Amino acid sequence: MHSFHELILLLVVLSDFWVLGTTRLSSTIRATAIQGVLLAALPIALYLHPSVHLIGLALGTFLVKAVVLPYFLTRAIREAAVRREIEPLIGFTASLMLGAAAVALSFAIAPRLELGSIPSAMLVPVALATVIIGLIVLTTRNKALTQVVGYLILENGIYIFGLTQAERVPFLVELGVLLDVFAGVFIMGIVVFHINRAFDSLDSALLTELKD
Amino acid sequence: MLRAILGLFAILLVAPIVPGIANRVKSALTGRRGAPVLQLYADLWKLWRKGVVYSPTTSIVFRLGPAVLAATTVLATCLLPLDGATSLVGFTGDLVAFAGLLALGRFMLVLAALDTGSSFEGMGASREVTIAAFAEPALILCFTVLAMATGRLQLQDMLGPPLAQAWLAAAPSLLLGAASLFVLSLAEACRVPVDDPLTHLELTMIHEVMVLDHSGPDLALVLYAGALKMTLFGSLIVRVLVASVAVPAPVALVLLLGGLALYGALVGTVESGMARLRMNRVPQILVAASAIAGFGLILLLK
Repeated sequence: MHSFHELILLLVVLSDFWVLGTTRLSSTIRATAIQGVLLAALPIALYLHPSVHLIGLALGTFLVKAVVLPYFLTRAIREAAVRREIEPLIGFTASLMLGAAAVALSFAIAPRLELGSIPSAMLVPVALATVIIGLIVLTTRNKALTQVVGYLILENGIYIFGLTQAERVPFLVELGVLLDVFAGVFIMGIVVFHINRAFDSLDSALLTELKD
Repeated sequence: MLRAILGLFAILLVAPIVPGIANRVKSALTGRRGAPVLQLYADLWKLWRKGVVYSPTTSIVFRLGPAVLAATTVLATCLLPLDGATSLVGFTGDLVAFAGLLALGRFMLVLAALDTGSSFEGMGASREVTIAAFAEPALILCFTVLAMATGRLQLQDMLGPPLAQAWLAAAPSLLLGAASLFVLSLAEACRVPVDDPLTHLELTMIHEVMVLDHSGPDLALVLYAGALKMTLFGSLIVRVLVASVAVPAPVALVLLLGGLALYGALVGTVESGMARLRMNRVPQILVAASAIAGFGLILLLK
Protein backbone atom coordinates (compact mmCIF):
# COMPACT_ATOMS: atom_id res chain seq x y z
CA MET A 1 0.00 0.00 0.00
CA HIS A 2 2.67 2.55 0.83
CA SER A 3 5.28 2.39 -1.84
CA PHE A 4 6.78 5.39 -3.51
CA HIS A 5 4.73 5.37 -6.70
CA GLU A 6 1.48 5.26 -4.73
CA LEU A 7 2.58 8.31 -2.78
CA ILE A 8 3.19 10.07 -6.11
CA LEU A 9 -0.23 9.08 -7.43
CA LEU A 10 -1.78 10.34 -4.19
CA LEU A 11 -0.08 13.70 -4.63
CA VAL A 12 -1.27 13.82 -8.26
CA VAL A 13 -4.88 13.56 -7.06
CA LEU A 14 -4.24 16.24 -4.42
CA SER A 15 -2.81 18.57 -7.08
CA ASP A 16 -5.99 17.94 -9.11
CA PHE A 17 -8.03 19.09 -6.11
CA TRP A 18 -5.74 22.08 -5.79
CA VAL A 19 -6.49 23.18 -9.36
CA LEU A 20 -10.22 22.71 -8.75
CA GLY A 21 -10.17 24.80 -5.60
CA THR A 22 -7.98 27.83 -6.33
CA THR A 23 -9.04 31.11 -7.87
CA ARG A 24 -5.59 32.43 -8.65
CA LEU A 25 -4.33 31.57 -12.11
CA SER A 26 -0.70 31.60 -11.01
CA SER A 27 -1.57 29.05 -8.36
CA THR A 28 -3.24 26.70 -10.84
CA ILE A 29 -0.18 26.96 -13.09
CA ARG A 30 2.05 26.12 -10.13
CA ALA A 31 -0.15 23.09 -9.48
CA THR A 32 0.27 21.85 -13.06
CA ALA A 33 4.03 22.39 -12.81
CA ILE A 34 4.15 20.30 -9.64
CA GLN A 35 1.99 17.70 -11.32
CA GLY A 36 4.49 17.71 -14.19
CA VAL A 37 7.34 16.96 -11.77
CA LEU A 38 5.30 14.16 -10.18
CA LEU A 39 4.49 12.65 -13.57
CA ALA A 40 8.15 12.77 -14.55
CA ALA A 41 9.09 10.86 -11.39
CA LEU A 42 6.28 8.34 -11.87
CA PRO A 43 7.72 6.04 -14.60
CA ILE A 44 10.97 5.67 -12.65
CA ALA A 45 9.11 4.95 -9.41
CA LEU A 46 6.84 2.43 -11.15
CA TYR A 47 9.47 0.32 -12.85
CA LEU A 48 12.26 -0.36 -10.44
CA HIS A 49 14.81 -1.10 -13.16
CA PRO A 50 14.22 1.74 -15.60
CA SER A 51 15.40 1.29 -19.14
CA VAL A 52 16.92 4.09 -21.21
CA HIS A 53 13.50 4.48 -22.79
CA LEU A 54 11.85 5.21 -19.43
CA ILE A 55 14.55 7.64 -18.34
CA GLY A 56 14.16 9.46 -21.64
CA LEU A 57 10.41 9.56 -21.09
CA ALA A 58 10.88 10.98 -17.58
CA LEU A 59 13.33 13.62 -18.80
CA GLY A 60 11.10 14.63 -21.70
CA THR A 61 8.05 14.87 -19.43
CA PHE A 62 9.96 16.93 -16.90
CA LEU A 63 11.23 19.32 -19.55
CA VAL A 64 7.90 19.86 -21.29
CA LYS A 65 5.37 19.58 -18.45
CA ALA A 66 7.28 20.96 -15.49
CA VAL A 67 9.50 23.61 -17.11
CA VAL A 68 8.50 24.80 -20.58
CA LEU A 69 4.68 24.81 -20.41
CA PRO A 70 4.41 26.42 -16.94
CA TYR A 71 6.94 29.01 -18.07
CA PHE A 72 4.85 29.86 -21.15
CA LEU A 73 1.62 29.98 -19.14
CA THR A 74 3.19 32.24 -16.51
CA ARG A 75 4.37 34.53 -19.28
CA ALA A 76 0.89 34.49 -20.78
CA ILE A 77 -0.80 35.63 -17.56
CA ARG A 78 1.83 38.34 -17.17
CA GLU A 79 1.20 39.60 -20.71
CA ALA A 80 -2.56 39.41 -20.38
CA ALA A 81 -2.50 40.81 -16.82
CA VAL A 82 -5.13 38.41 -15.51
CA ARG A 83 -4.85 37.10 -11.99
CA ARG A 84 -8.06 35.35 -11.06
CA GLU A 85 -10.81 33.21 -12.41
CA ILE A 86 -13.78 35.39 -11.48
CA GLU A 87 -16.95 33.46 -12.12
CA PRO A 88 -16.70 29.87 -13.25
CA LEU A 89 -19.85 28.22 -14.57
CA ILE A 90 -19.79 25.86 -11.61
CA GLY A 91 -18.58 27.39 -8.33
CA PHE A 92 -15.33 26.33 -6.70
CA THR A 93 -17.06 24.54 -3.84
CA ALA A 94 -19.34 22.63 -6.20
CA SER A 95 -16.47 21.73 -8.52
CA LEU A 96 -14.48 20.39 -5.54
CA MET A 97 -17.46 18.18 -4.68
CA LEU A 98 -17.68 17.10 -8.32
CA GLY A 99 -13.96 16.32 -8.20
CA ALA A 100 -14.40 14.18 -5.09
CA ALA A 101 -17.29 12.37 -6.81
CA ALA A 102 -15.08 11.85 -9.86
CA VAL A 103 -12.38 10.25 -7.70
CA ALA A 104 -14.95 7.99 -6.05
CA LEU A 105 -16.37 7.01 -9.44
CA SER A 106 -12.93 6.26 -10.86
CA PHE A 107 -12.01 4.03 -7.94
CA ALA A 108 -15.34 2.24 -8.32
CA ILE A 109 -14.97 1.70 -12.08
CA ALA A 110 -11.27 0.92 -12.34
CA PRO A 111 -11.31 -2.61 -10.83
CA ARG A 112 -13.97 -3.63 -13.38
CA LEU A 113 -11.77 -2.85 -16.36
CA GLU A 114 -9.84 -5.81 -17.64
CA LEU A 115 -6.49 -4.41 -18.58
CA GLY A 116 -4.13 -7.32 -18.11
CA SER A 117 -1.01 -6.78 -16.05
CA ILE A 118 -0.68 -3.32 -14.57
CA PRO A 119 2.29 -2.16 -12.48
CA SER A 120 0.14 -0.54 -9.77
CA ALA A 121 -3.50 -0.96 -8.75
CA MET A 122 -3.85 2.78 -8.19
CA LEU A 123 -2.59 3.75 -11.65
CA VAL A 124 -5.85 3.33 -13.59
CA PRO A 125 -8.23 4.99 -11.08
CA VAL A 126 -5.91 7.97 -10.66
CA ALA A 127 -5.63 8.27 -14.44
CA LEU A 128 -9.43 8.19 -14.83
CA ALA A 129 -9.91 10.72 -12.02
CA THR A 130 -7.34 13.07 -13.52
CA VAL A 131 -8.99 12.85 -16.94
CA ILE A 132 -12.44 13.61 -15.48
CA ILE A 133 -11.13 16.48 -13.33
CA GLY A 134 -9.30 17.90 -16.35
CA LEU A 135 -12.56 17.73 -18.25
CA ILE A 136 -14.40 19.52 -15.41
CA VAL A 137 -11.81 22.34 -15.42
CA LEU A 138 -11.85 22.50 -19.21
CA THR A 139 -15.62 22.82 -19.49
CA THR A 140 -16.62 24.88 -16.46
CA ARG A 141 -14.07 27.67 -16.33
CA ASN A 142 -14.42 30.90 -18.27
CA LYS A 143 -10.88 32.12 -18.62
CA ALA A 144 -9.11 30.75 -21.68
CA LEU A 145 -5.94 30.18 -19.64
CA THR A 146 -7.67 28.01 -17.06
CA GLN A 147 -9.09 26.02 -19.93
CA VAL A 148 -5.55 25.44 -21.17
CA VAL A 149 -4.67 24.20 -17.69
CA GLY A 150 -7.70 21.90 -17.83
CA TYR A 151 -6.48 20.52 -21.16
CA LEU A 152 -3.06 19.90 -19.65
CA ILE A 153 -4.54 18.02 -16.70
CA LEU A 154 -6.67 15.96 -19.06
CA GLU A 155 -3.57 15.10 -21.03
CA ASN A 156 -1.73 14.26 -17.80
CA GLY A 157 -4.46 11.75 -17.06
CA ILE A 158 -3.99 10.15 -20.46
CA TYR A 159 -0.25 10.07 -19.84
CA ILE A 160 -0.77 8.22 -16.54
CA PHE A 161 -3.02 5.77 -18.35
CA GLY A 162 -0.32 5.34 -20.97
CA LEU A 163 2.15 4.37 -18.24
CA THR A 164 0.25 1.10 -17.73
CA GLN A 165 1.74 0.08 -21.05
CA ALA A 166 4.96 2.12 -20.85
CA GLU A 167 7.23 -0.85 -21.46
CA ARG A 168 5.43 -1.80 -24.65
CA VAL A 169 4.85 1.54 -26.32
CA PRO A 170 7.71 2.69 -28.53
CA PHE A 171 9.60 5.73 -27.36
CA LEU A 172 8.78 7.61 -30.56
CA VAL A 173 5.04 7.48 -29.82
CA GLU A 174 5.59 9.02 -26.38
CA LEU A 175 7.75 11.73 -27.85
CA GLY A 176 5.09 12.38 -30.48
CA VAL A 177 2.43 12.79 -27.77
CA LEU A 178 4.64 15.22 -25.84
CA LEU A 179 5.22 17.17 -29.02
CA ASP A 180 1.47 17.21 -29.68
CA VAL A 181 0.76 18.63 -26.23
CA PHE A 182 3.46 21.20 -26.70
CA ALA A 183 2.07 22.25 -30.09
CA GLY A 184 -1.48 22.24 -28.68
CA VAL A 185 -0.58 24.55 -25.83
CA PHE A 186 1.41 26.70 -28.21
CA ILE A 187 -1.60 27.15 -30.49
CA MET A 188 -3.80 27.79 -27.48
CA GLY A 189 -1.31 30.42 -26.36
CA ILE A 190 -1.73 32.21 -29.68
CA VAL A 191 -5.53 31.95 -29.39
CA VAL A 192 -5.38 33.28 -25.84
CA PHE A 193 -3.27 36.16 -27.04
CA HIS A 194 -5.79 37.02 -29.74
CA ILE A 195 -8.80 36.75 -27.43
CA ASN A 196 -7.00 39.08 -25.07
CA ARG A 197 -6.25 41.57 -27.83
CA ALA A 198 -9.74 41.53 -29.29
CA PHE A 199 -11.70 41.79 -26.04
CA ASP A 200 -9.22 43.06 -23.44
CA SER A 201 -10.05 40.02 -21.35
CA LEU A 202 -9.52 36.28 -21.38
CA ASP A 203 -13.16 35.37 -20.99
CA SER A 204 -13.84 32.78 -23.67
CA ALA A 205 -17.61 33.24 -23.19
CA LEU A 206 -17.20 36.47 -25.16
CA LEU A 207 -16.44 34.35 -28.22
CA THR A 208 -20.13 33.46 -28.50
CA GLU A 209 -20.81 37.05 -29.45
CA LEU A 210 -18.61 36.96 -32.51
CA LYS A 211 -20.12 38.47 -35.64
CA ASP A 212 -18.66 39.15 -39.02
CA MET B 1 -8.23 4.69 35.16
CA LEU B 2 -5.87 6.77 37.30
CA ARG B 3 -3.72 7.46 34.26
CA ALA B 4 -6.78 8.57 32.28
CA ILE B 5 -7.69 11.06 35.03
CA LEU B 6 -4.09 12.26 35.13
CA GLY B 7 -4.14 12.74 31.34
CA LEU B 8 -7.42 14.60 31.53
CA PHE B 9 -6.11 17.01 34.16
CA ALA B 10 -2.87 17.52 32.25
CA ILE B 11 -4.83 18.50 29.13
CA LEU B 12 -7.27 20.72 31.05
CA LEU B 13 -4.28 22.43 32.64
CA VAL B 14 -2.20 23.04 29.51
CA ALA B 15 -5.12 23.95 27.22
CA PRO B 16 -4.61 27.76 27.47
CA ILE B 17 -0.95 27.40 26.47
CA VAL B 18 -1.71 26.04 22.99
CA PRO B 19 -3.28 29.25 21.59
CA GLY B 20 -0.58 31.15 23.50
CA ILE B 21 2.13 29.28 21.57
CA ALA B 22 0.30 29.88 18.30
CA ASN B 23 0.07 33.63 18.96
CA ARG B 24 3.67 33.86 20.12
CA VAL B 25 5.00 32.03 17.05
CA LYS B 26 2.87 34.22 14.81
CA SER B 27 4.25 37.35 16.50
CA ALA B 28 7.83 36.15 16.24
CA LEU B 29 7.46 35.28 12.55
CA THR B 30 6.00 38.68 11.76
CA GLY B 31 8.77 40.52 13.59
CA ARG B 32 6.98 41.38 16.82
CA ARG B 33 7.53 40.22 20.34
CA GLY B 34 3.98 39.28 21.14
CA ALA B 35 2.13 38.47 24.33
CA PRO B 36 3.65 35.96 26.78
CA VAL B 37 2.79 32.33 26.13
CA LEU B 38 0.98 32.19 29.46
CA GLN B 39 -1.09 35.33 28.78
CA LEU B 40 -4.40 33.46 28.63
CA TYR B 41 -3.99 32.24 32.23
CA ALA B 42 -3.64 35.84 33.38
CA ASP B 43 -6.66 36.85 31.32
CA LEU B 44 -8.74 34.01 32.68
CA TRP B 45 -7.73 34.81 36.26
CA LYS B 46 -8.56 38.49 35.74
CA LEU B 47 -11.96 37.72 34.21
CA TRP B 48 -12.76 35.14 36.87
CA ARG B 49 -12.51 37.76 39.64
CA LYS B 50 -14.65 40.30 37.80
CA GLY B 51 -18.36 40.77 38.18
CA VAL B 52 -20.90 39.85 35.49
CA VAL B 53 -23.15 42.29 33.68
CA TYR B 54 -26.37 40.90 32.21
CA SER B 55 -28.43 42.92 29.80
CA PRO B 56 -32.12 43.16 30.86
CA THR B 57 -33.16 41.86 27.42
CA THR B 58 -31.42 38.52 27.95
CA SER B 59 -32.98 35.43 29.45
CA ILE B 60 -31.75 32.31 31.18
CA VAL B 61 -30.49 31.01 27.80
CA PHE B 62 -27.82 33.69 27.75
CA ARG B 63 -26.59 32.70 31.21
CA LEU B 64 -26.61 28.99 30.37
CA GLY B 65 -24.60 29.39 27.14
CA PRO B 66 -21.05 29.66 28.48
CA ALA B 67 -21.58 27.06 31.21
CA VAL B 68 -22.96 24.48 28.77
CA LEU B 69 -20.20 25.27 26.27
CA ALA B 70 -17.47 24.72 28.85
CA ALA B 71 -19.15 21.59 30.27
CA THR B 72 -19.66 19.91 26.88
CA THR B 73 -16.08 20.67 25.83
CA VAL B 74 -14.70 19.14 29.04
CA LEU B 75 -16.98 16.10 28.55
CA ALA B 76 -15.72 15.72 24.97
CA THR B 77 -12.17 15.73 26.38
CA CYS B 78 -13.09 12.79 28.64
CA LEU B 79 -13.91 10.73 25.53
CA LEU B 80 -10.41 11.03 24.06
CA PRO B 81 -7.76 8.46 25.02
CA LEU B 82 -5.16 11.07 25.89
CA ASP B 83 -2.45 8.59 26.92
CA GLY B 84 -3.14 6.44 23.88
CA ALA B 85 -4.57 3.53 25.83
CA THR B 86 -7.72 4.34 27.78
CA SER B 87 -10.20 7.17 27.79
CA LEU B 88 -12.03 8.17 30.95
CA VAL B 89 -15.43 7.52 29.40
CA GLY B 90 -15.86 5.25 26.42
CA PHE B 91 -18.54 3.20 24.72
CA THR B 92 -19.20 1.90 21.23
CA GLY B 93 -20.03 4.79 18.94
CA ASP B 94 -18.69 7.47 21.24
CA LEU B 95 -17.20 9.21 18.21
CA VAL B 96 -20.70 10.47 17.44
CA ALA B 97 -21.04 11.61 21.06
CA PHE B 98 -17.77 13.53 20.68
CA ALA B 99 -19.05 15.39 17.61
CA GLY B 100 -22.47 15.81 19.22
CA LEU B 101 -21.09 17.30 22.45
CA LEU B 102 -19.06 19.86 20.53
CA ALA B 103 -22.12 20.65 18.40
CA LEU B 104 -24.27 21.06 21.53
CA GLY B 105 -21.79 23.52 23.03
CA ARG B 106 -21.73 25.49 19.81
CA PHE B 107 -25.52 25.42 19.62
CA MET B 108 -25.85 26.88 23.12
CA LEU B 109 -23.30 29.60 22.37
CA VAL B 110 -25.20 30.51 19.20
CA LEU B 111 -28.50 30.60 21.15
CA ALA B 112 -26.89 32.84 23.77
CA ALA B 113 -25.70 35.17 21.01
CA LEU B 114 -29.17 35.30 19.48
CA ASP B 115 -30.68 35.85 22.91
CA THR B 116 -28.97 39.23 23.25
CA GLY B 117 -31.10 40.58 20.40
CA SER B 118 -28.05 42.33 18.94
CA SER B 119 -27.96 42.25 15.15
CA PHE B 120 -24.17 41.99 15.18
CA GLU B 121 -24.26 38.92 17.35
CA GLY B 122 -27.00 37.46 15.17
CA MET B 123 -24.71 37.92 12.18
CA GLY B 124 -21.84 36.24 14.03
CA ALA B 125 -24.13 33.37 15.00
CA SER B 126 -25.24 32.95 11.40
CA ARG B 127 -21.63 32.80 10.23
CA GLU B 128 -20.62 30.37 12.96
CA VAL B 129 -23.43 28.02 11.99
CA THR B 130 -22.58 28.32 8.29
CA ILE B 131 -19.05 27.20 9.04
CA ALA B 132 -20.25 24.46 11.37
CA ALA B 133 -22.51 23.08 8.64
CA PHE B 134 -19.40 22.40 6.54
CA ALA B 135 -17.06 21.48 9.41
CA GLU B 136 -19.17 18.75 10.98
CA PRO B 137 -19.47 16.50 7.90
CA ALA B 138 -15.70 16.82 7.52
CA LEU B 139 -15.17 15.73 11.14
CA ILE B 140 -17.46 12.74 10.70
CA LEU B 141 -15.64 11.82 7.47
CA CYS B 142 -12.29 11.94 9.30
CA PHE B 143 -13.71 9.72 12.03
CA THR B 144 -15.03 7.36 9.36
CA VAL B 145 -11.52 7.08 7.92
CA LEU B 146 -10.21 6.19 11.40
CA ALA B 147 -13.05 3.76 12.02
CA MET B 148 -12.57 2.02 8.66
CA ALA B 149 -8.80 1.84 9.11
CA THR B 150 -8.98 0.32 12.59
CA GLY B 151 -12.29 -1.53 12.24
CA ARG B 152 -13.42 -0.13 15.62
CA LEU B 153 -16.17 2.28 16.59
CA GLN B 154 -14.81 3.56 19.89
CA LEU B 155 -12.45 6.52 20.16
CA GLN B 156 -10.34 4.63 22.70
CA ASP B 157 -9.57 1.96 20.07
CA MET B 158 -9.69 4.21 17.01
CA LEU B 159 -6.91 6.34 18.49
CA GLY B 160 -5.30 3.62 20.57
CA PRO B 161 -3.36 0.39 19.92
CA PRO B 162 -5.42 -0.80 16.88
CA LEU B 163 -4.40 2.43 15.13
CA ALA B 164 -0.75 1.37 15.31
CA GLN B 165 -1.59 -1.71 13.23
CA ALA B 166 -3.70 0.40 10.87
CA TRP B 167 -0.64 2.54 10.12
CA LEU B 168 1.05 -0.50 8.59
CA ALA B 169 -1.82 -1.16 6.22
CA ALA B 170 -3.37 2.22 5.53
CA ALA B 171 -0.74 4.92 6.02
CA PRO B 172 -1.81 7.15 3.07
CA SER B 173 -5.44 7.25 4.23
CA LEU B 174 -4.43 8.14 7.78
CA LEU B 175 -2.11 10.89 6.55
CA LEU B 176 -4.93 12.33 4.42
CA GLY B 177 -7.24 12.11 7.43
CA ALA B 178 -4.71 13.94 9.61
CA ALA B 179 -4.29 16.66 6.98
CA SER B 180 -8.04 17.06 6.77
CA LEU B 181 -8.27 17.23 10.56
CA PHE B 182 -5.66 20.00 10.60
CA VAL B 183 -7.65 22.21 8.21
CA LEU B 184 -10.75 21.40 10.21
CA SER B 185 -9.03 22.32 13.48
CA LEU B 186 -8.25 25.79 12.11
CA ALA B 187 -11.96 26.28 11.49
CA GLU B 188 -13.05 24.82 14.83
CA ALA B 189 -10.48 26.81 16.80
CA CYS B 190 -11.43 30.01 14.92
CA ARG B 191 -7.89 30.54 13.65
CA VAL B 192 -6.74 32.54 10.68
CA PRO B 193 -7.74 31.25 7.30
CA VAL B 194 -11.28 30.93 8.65
CA ASP B 195 -11.60 33.44 11.48
CA ASP B 196 -9.24 35.95 13.08
CA PRO B 197 -9.14 35.76 16.88
CA LEU B 198 -7.38 39.12 17.11
CA THR B 199 -9.67 41.18 14.91
CA HIS B 200 -11.34 44.29 16.32
CA LEU B 201 -13.66 44.88 13.39
CA GLU B 202 -17.11 43.57 14.17
CA LEU B 203 -17.96 43.14 10.51
CA THR B 204 -15.21 40.59 9.99
CA MET B 205 -15.60 38.72 13.26
CA ILE B 206 -17.18 35.32 13.47
CA HIS B 207 -16.59 33.69 16.81
CA GLU B 208 -15.52 36.86 18.63
CA VAL B 209 -18.65 38.77 17.71
CA MET B 210 -20.86 36.15 19.32
CA VAL B 211 -19.26 36.62 22.72
CA LEU B 212 -19.26 40.44 22.79
CA ASP B 213 -21.97 40.55 25.46
CA HIS B 214 -20.41 38.00 27.79
CA SER B 215 -18.44 39.39 30.67
CA GLY B 216 -16.51 38.30 33.73
CA PRO B 217 -16.51 34.58 34.58
CA ASP B 218 -18.85 33.87 31.64
CA LEU B 219 -16.32 35.27 29.19
CA ALA B 220 -13.59 33.35 31.00
CA LEU B 221 -15.55 30.12 30.43
CA VAL B 222 -16.01 30.92 26.73
CA LEU B 223 -12.32 31.73 26.28
CA TYR B 224 -11.26 28.63 28.17
CA ALA B 225 -13.64 26.42 26.16
CA GLY B 226 -12.22 27.91 22.95
CA ALA B 227 -8.66 27.11 24.02
CA LEU B 228 -9.70 23.62 25.14
CA LYS B 229 -11.45 22.95 21.83
CA MET B 230 -8.30 23.92 19.93
CA THR B 231 -6.30 21.61 22.23
CA LEU B 232 -8.84 18.82 21.63
CA PHE B 233 -8.45 18.98 17.88
CA GLY B 234 -4.69 19.31 18.30
CA SER B 235 -4.67 16.16 20.46
CA LEU B 236 -6.77 14.31 17.88
CA ILE B 237 -4.21 15.08 15.17
CA VAL B 238 -1.23 14.31 17.40
CA ARG B 239 -2.81 11.02 18.54
CA VAL B 240 -3.42 9.96 14.93
CA LEU B 241 0.17 10.76 13.95
CA VAL B 242 1.88 9.52 17.13
CA ALA B 243 0.04 6.19 17.03
CA SER B 244 2.39 5.06 14.25
CA VAL B 245 4.94 4.27 16.97
CA ALA B 246 3.73 2.14 19.87
CA VAL B 247 5.00 3.46 23.21
CA PRO B 248 3.94 2.91 26.84
CA ALA B 249 1.16 5.16 28.11
CA PRO B 250 3.16 7.70 30.21
CA VAL B 251 5.52 8.30 27.29
CA ALA B 252 2.50 8.68 25.01
CA LEU B 253 1.16 11.44 27.26
CA VAL B 254 4.47 13.30 27.15
CA LEU B 255 4.53 12.83 23.37
CA LEU B 256 1.02 14.26 23.21
CA LEU B 257 2.02 17.38 25.17
CA GLY B 258 5.09 17.86 22.97
CA GLY B 259 2.96 17.30 19.87
CA LEU B 260 0.49 19.92 21.09
CA ALA B 261 3.29 22.48 21.38
CA LEU B 262 4.33 21.63 17.81
CA TYR B 263 0.72 21.89 16.71
CA GLY B 264 0.45 25.37 18.25
CA ALA B 265 3.65 26.43 16.49
CA LEU B 266 2.32 25.05 13.20
CA VAL B 267 -0.95 26.97 13.56
CA GLY B 268 1.06 30.14 14.28
CA THR B 269 3.20 29.52 11.19
CA VAL B 270 0.13 29.06 8.99
CA GLU B 271 -1.37 32.23 10.45
CA SER B 272 1.70 34.32 9.78
CA GLY B 273 1.87 33.02 6.22
CA MET B 274 -1.63 33.66 4.96
CA ALA B 275 -4.43 36.18 5.15
CA ARG B 276 -7.92 35.45 6.33
CA LEU B 277 -10.13 34.04 3.59
CA ARG B 278 -13.14 35.95 2.41
CA MET B 279 -16.31 34.65 4.02
CA ASN B 280 -17.61 33.05 0.82
CA ARG B 281 -14.33 31.15 0.39
CA VAL B 282 -14.48 29.56 3.85
CA PRO B 283 -16.93 26.79 2.90
CA GLN B 284 -14.63 25.96 0.02
CA ILE B 285 -11.61 25.21 2.21
CA LEU B 286 -13.80 23.04 4.43
CA VAL B 287 -15.21 21.18 1.42
CA ALA B 288 -11.62 20.70 0.30
CA ALA B 289 -10.88 19.21 3.73
CA SER B 290 -13.87 16.87 3.30
CA ALA B 291 -12.69 15.95 -0.19
CA ILE B 292 -9.24 15.05 1.17
CA ALA B 293 -10.75 12.92 3.94
CA GLY B 294 -13.16 11.42 1.41
CA PHE B 295 -10.23 10.49 -0.81
CA GLY B 296 -8.61 8.79 2.18
CA LEU B 297 -11.84 6.85 2.69
CA ILE B 298 -11.96 5.82 -0.99
CA LEU B 299 -8.43 4.45 -0.69
CA LEU B 300 -9.57 2.34 2.25
CA LEU B 301 -12.64 1.00 0.45
CA LYS B 302 -10.60 -0.14 -2.51
